[in-house]
Amino acid sequence: MRTYQQLVDKAVANQSKVGEIVLAQETEITGLSKEQAIIKMTRNYQVMQEAVEQGMTGQWRSLSGLVGGDAARLNNLRLSGKSLLGNSLNMAAARAIAVAEVNAGMGRIVAAPTAGSCGVLPGVLLTVRDILNAAEQDVIIALFTAAGLGVVIAEKASVSGAEGGCQAEIGSAAAMAAAAAVELAGGTPEQTADAAALALKSFLGLVCDPVAGLVEVPCVKRNAMAAVIALTATEMALAGIKSAIPVDEVIEAMSSIGRSMPCSLKETAQGGLATTPTGEIIRNRTTGLTII
Amino acid sequence: MNSSIFDMLGPIMVGPSSSHTAGAVRLGLMARKILGSKVKQARILLHGSFAETGKGHGTHLALTAGLLGMLPDDERIRFADRIALQEGMQVFFENANLGEVHPNSVEFFLTGTNGDQVKIRGCSIGGGRIQINQINGFPVECTGEYPTLVLQYADSPGMIAEITSILASDGINIAQMRVSREGRGRRALAIIETDESLKNELVEQIRRLAKMERVMFIEALN
Repeated sequence: MRTYQQLVDKAVANQSKVGEIVLAQETEITGLSKEQAIIKMTRNYQVMQEAVEQGMTGQWRSLSGLVGGDAARLNNLRLSGKSLLGNSLNMAAARAIAVAEVNAGMGRIVAAPTAGSCGVLPGVLLTVRDILNAAEQDVIIALFTAAGLGVVIAEKASVSGAEGGCQAEIGSAAAMAAAAAVELAGGTPEQTADAAALALKSFLGLVCDPVAGLVEVPCVKRNAMAAVIALTATEMALAGIKSAIPVDEVIEAMSSIGRSMPCSLKETAQGGLATTPTGEIIRNRTTGLTII
Repeated sequence: MNSSIFDMLGPIMVGPSSSHTAGAVRLGLMARKILGSKVKQARILLHGSFAETGKGHGTHLALTAGLLGMLPDDERIRFADRIALQEGMQVFFENANLGEVHPNSVEFFLTGTNGDQVKIRGCSIGGGRIQINQINGFPVECTGEYPTLVLQYADSPGMIAEITSILASDGINIAQMRVSREGRGRRALAIIETDESLKNELVEQIRRLAKMERVMFIEALN
């Protein structure tokens, strides 16, 4: 399968979910049995849930001290009844930050598709699960949907910030989360493709400009923004809104934009936020090693 | 789709960076494996991005954790410096310029609890994947994904046939093999990745081949 549309077509033809098609292909490619692949994905799901729980405690701080405690802040606002976003968007954003904070604090996460963008998928999917009271087995299948799209993106473009900018990391994560959320919510295979396209289009051109070269600023908070966009794309697709540009073409556009992006804006910390006056002050504070 | 979806959703790892943290743990683990014993003392040179952003990425903790035998998803990695102290493993870090190498490169000088010493150079090439490039100055190419045999010998007809027939005699399947030489009849280098691990006798049999100069066998990481 070279395109996401092929996965969609196969799912439609088989009257199955995209995630089930991805699962079947995975067993063919790797030689894993269906049960083994499901066990492996269930382990990913467990780690995602643990990371959300840990991050929501607000106890995590990054080594640089730049990042931490924001998931709990968002959650507290919701608990105080003052959230403007409402439960679902607030929870998705808070959980996305929670996982990203655990990552920044050297806790355990699942790269989805990268460590820097690890919060988006659990933030969105666990929240949709809670809204719908979805069964674990359906969440697992939705994770296969997300992963299948991730592989298509990685093969057609890239999921690495160094190669494609932040659009390749956080944009891919948002697209994967949107496709998975549509599937979990009972949307059609075509709607998963629309949701993915709508989400990814919102991130085209986004550069990777990490302050001091660390996976912290702006990465952690961008996970929250991506979760909210992914949920919005999910809602739009479920409402029957289509993407004018098909997802596979959006992925190709992302690839060509990534190639024409200057190196200074691809994870090298030589441009963008990294070279702002404050970014430079933070760099000087965190660079270099004095250990033991 | 040809790659496993678990490369895309995964690995399960301790953050913050697959290259600077997860890859660094694997480099430490690989170095410990090559030393072949517990580490008593380690001097570690950090190059390029490892030197510049290592502190914020916990690269020093990750390398230490690997030397202690921890896996990339071990939640104790962030306490690796303290655990090293408790276990009596001394670790010293220095920033260094290792020359024209990958930006995420590291050089280990290790002393084992049995007194063995080894110098290992490697790099983290992205997504948690690594490469060992040099062992005691000897060029190797080893990813830790397969058991790897690194052979240096005088180029001569039939060498590869002899080596592969020794492997075949014990049912060892070759996954990848790269052969290069400085010139006809000069020094040749073979890097052979196998599906199965090699017994000691087999490695010794290869070592006894007439034109063989150096033999190194490195176990896979997982």
